[in-house]
Amino acid sequence: MDLLIQVLIAGITIGSIYSLIALGVVLIFKSSGVINFAQGSMVMVGAFITYALVVQFKLPILLSLALTFVISGLMGMVIERFVLRYLSGASLISVIMVTMGISYILDGGALATWGSSNFTYPKLFPSFSIQLGGVKVSSVYLWSFLTSMVLLVVFLFFFKYSKMGLSMRAAADNQKVAVVLGISARRVLSLTWIITSAVATAGGILLASISALHVNLSYIGLVVFPVVILGGLDSIPGAVVGGLIVGALEAIAGVYIAPYLGGAFQQVASFAFLLIILLIKPYGLFGTKEIERL
Amino acid sequence: MEPSNRRGWPYYLLFLAVFILFPFSLFQYTKYILFLVNMTAIGVIGALGLNILTGYTGLISLGQAAFMGVGAYTVAILGTKVGLPMWINLPAAGIITTLVGIIVGTPSLRLKGFYLAMSTLAAEFLLEYVFKNWESMTQGVQGLFITPPRVFGIHINNDRVFYFLSVSLAVLGVIGARNLFRTNVGRAFIAIRDRDIAAELIGINVFKYKLVSFAISSFYAGVAGGLWCYYMTIINPEAFQLSISIDYVAMIIVGGMGTLFGSVYGAIFVVLLPEAIQRLMEVLQPVLHMEYTFAAFKQIVFGVIIVIFLVFEPKGLSEIFSRLGNRISNRKGKEAIQDGSLPGSRNTKG
Amino acid sequence: MSILQQLKHKDKIQPHLEIHDLSLHFGGVQALHQVDLEVPRGILFSLIGPNGAGKTSLINCISKFYEPNAGKIIFNGREITPFRPHAVARFGISRTFQNIELFKGMTVLDNIKLGRHIHLRSGAVAGMVYLGKAKREEERLEEFIDREILDFLGLTPIKNRVVATLPYGMQKRVDLARALSAKPEFLILDEPVAGMNREETQDMITHILEIKKAWGLTVLLIEHDMEVVMNISDWIVVMNFGEKIAEGTPAIVQKNPEVIRIYLGHAYSET
Repeated sequence: MDLLIQVLIAGITIGSIYSLIALGVVLIFKSSGVINFAQGSMVMVGAFITYALVVQFKLPILLSLALTFVISGLMGMVIERFVLRYLSGASLISVIMVTMGISYILDGGALATWGSSNFTYPKLFPSFSIQLGGVKVSSVYLWSFLTSMVLLVVFLFFFKYSKMGLSMRAAADNQKVAVVLGISARRVLSLTWIITSAVATAGGILLASISALHVNLSYIGLVVFPVVILGGLDSIPGAVVGGLIVGALEAIAGVYIAPYLGGAFQQVASFAFLLIILLIKPYGLFGTKEIERL
Repeated sequence: MEPSNRRGWPYYLLFLAVFILFPFSLFQYTKYILFLVNMTAIGVIGALGLNILTGYTGLISLGQAAFMGVGAYTVAILGTKVGLPMWINLPAAGIITTLVGIIVGTPSLRLKGFYLAMSTLAAEFLLEYVFKNWESMTQGVQGLFITPPRVFGIHINNDRVFYFLSVSLAVLGVIGARNLFRTNVGRAFIAIRDRDIAAELIGINVFKYKLVSFAISSFYAGVAGGLWCYYMTIINPEAFQLSISIDYVAMIIVGGMGTLFGSVYGAIFVVLLPEAIQRLMEVLQPVLHMEYTFAAFKQIVFGVIIVIFLVFEPKGLSEIFSRLGNRISNRKGKEAIQDGSLPGSRNTKG
Repeated sequence: MSILQQLKHKDKIQPHLEIHDLSLHFGGVQALHQVDLEVPRGILFSLIGPNGAGKTSLINCISKFYEPNAGKIIFNGREITPFRPHAVARFGISRTFQNIELFKGMTVLDNIKLGRHIHLRSGAVAGMVYLGKAKREEERLEEFIDREILDFLGLTPIKNRVVATLPYGMQKRVDLARALSAKPEFLILDEPVAGMNREETQDMITHILEIKKAWGLTVLLIEHDMEVVMNISDWIVVMNFGEKIAEGTPAIVQKNPEVIRIYLGHAYSET
């Protein structure tokens, strides 16, 4: 029983990072119907930019963080302005592939700039650890959990009550009508991508603080899909809850199932789980079902 | 569809002569070109399969590489462990992959769009996991060696011999696909892609035909995988990972989704691109002193190409070529009208 | 037996299509409420009513696009309610669509060929080989369509045009051609002349009546054009709010006060 609790705690803490990254994907989907396969790459690049500023350019931490958010926000805006804008109304596979293409560019760029070695990440937060149910949980996990929860609440309120949030939802739902109502779809989309980049960067910094910094961090962009499906593609609380559950499930699979099946089963576990969800409840725990009309 | 063009037969004969005689030429780079053609032929078969599924039927698959892996491992296992000959193994690769495709497809094809793509993504990862971990069958990450079978006393992985096999199969693949879309099964696929609800209501069993499309696509993938195994003589799970599946999707997008020759153009493009980059880097390296690895540069260029095609010409190369072809034939038509050899009415291609 | 006699003896001959107690609701909205209908063989049966009355919902239930919550649909004496949509087409029921629903990227000919899909036997393998079974089938198919459909509906000159390039009226005609291609015994037409001018309407109606006579079809028509409905129908059912509120011959229905009230407002029903 003790082991189970420890495993669960470990899983949930990692899961909170999944939640953060999934949040970025849900945001873009909610605002534009685009499914962003480049989220993982954006996470990784965000982490690297901070690293470059802090370690290579030796700038003070707060300044570096601020600059990183500015740069990644710009990156998001560029992606929206010069690529996605031309694909509004395009088929799903076009959208998937274009974001895939962007992720290739980001990954290749990072690989070319920093190479494929492991980097130790600078300590950006006061580090301490607390005892939770017999498990030593380091502060990074607490920061990531806290960040996810704060962002959850912020975005929930944003989409439900703020004018901009409502405009975003309207633009995602029906662009033509939204424009007629005076909602600038362009501004909405730019803002969405800027926010998502910022969220991705935050996720990247936290992720790199936990594991090491390596260009392979972008793979997290794939792991995030079971989360998003479990939670529901258009649900913010779903992203958060889904992240925690998938994190926990991976940890459990890693400890209890992998020894029997061999290999790195925990990586595949979330996808096996994804298949099960797709069979039972494809729209996830909180997602809205699509209805077809004739 | 090619017009039945009586005057074209000398060209066909010429092509046939080049096709048969080229491998025996003494040109310095013949072997290298044969290698490229062989890789392209395998790509064409895989891309045809994916195009039938995604381009014509509208079902997104991110797992084409994993299905090729099934074909490759089938050929390898049947060849080494059971000792069956090539003319059984290769069709068997197609059939076994078809069965796997049906097993994967049956639960997945109730899903639409993004959710279907996700289930194929899951299938890709799960099959990769099986390739890596079912070591008793697949030798895992070490790789599985095969002794290539002989044809007329020469090993099949000889560039020249393989060329005749792979190109013939690729041509058969194109013809089979073209015929498919002249008949009711192919039309049903397109109907499903365009308006699947209406298709169901006019009597098409949509689920059944989706499954048939998945089966055919898997068959092509299996054969392509089997050929890959015979050519490479060693296969490991790395050859069938997600990035390869994405390569195939890129092939049909760059080439042109829902067109036959799109698969061919796309395969040529995606196979030749890394080679072209490699040559380019060899030329530029001493000049620019870049530390860039080949992998990084290839990734960036690949990504840029995909984005450029999707933004500027989402219908791919086949659309570009078809427009060029129209412009040329229109100009010829204009000239013919002007010099009096054709009466006034213009022939516009649709 | 003449239509009128058939109508009088409705209870004694098996109707072509029967609907018993059909109900359908979407969440809180009741689209159909305990609807009963009988369509005798060979007649032109019209379904009229204001928008939202449930007419399209009713035929969508017959096609099985919607799953009714209660009730039965019986065709040729056999209950078809449990069957899937593609099976319904195989029973001999064909339909056109309010929103056309043609495969716009395909040619006219291919769309019509798809209409005949249920009669085609070639499988995938035969198709890929083509020579032999599939080729013969395709040739017979083209012959049939040329002979019985294209010529009759005046579509031969545009048979290789891509549907998306055709004007609305032509697309409606192709939709009809597609439905006829299966050579059904029961034809459902969902607003076949909607959005057409006088001339196009006249053409379309002429075609419908001709083919009905030539093939002995039973036709179930939904239409808003009252002139058309009153002129050509053998029997009319009026719906409102998901219920049948009146039925009879055109003469009877025209005089029904409830019907007048729905279409023309309270003032007129008093006359």
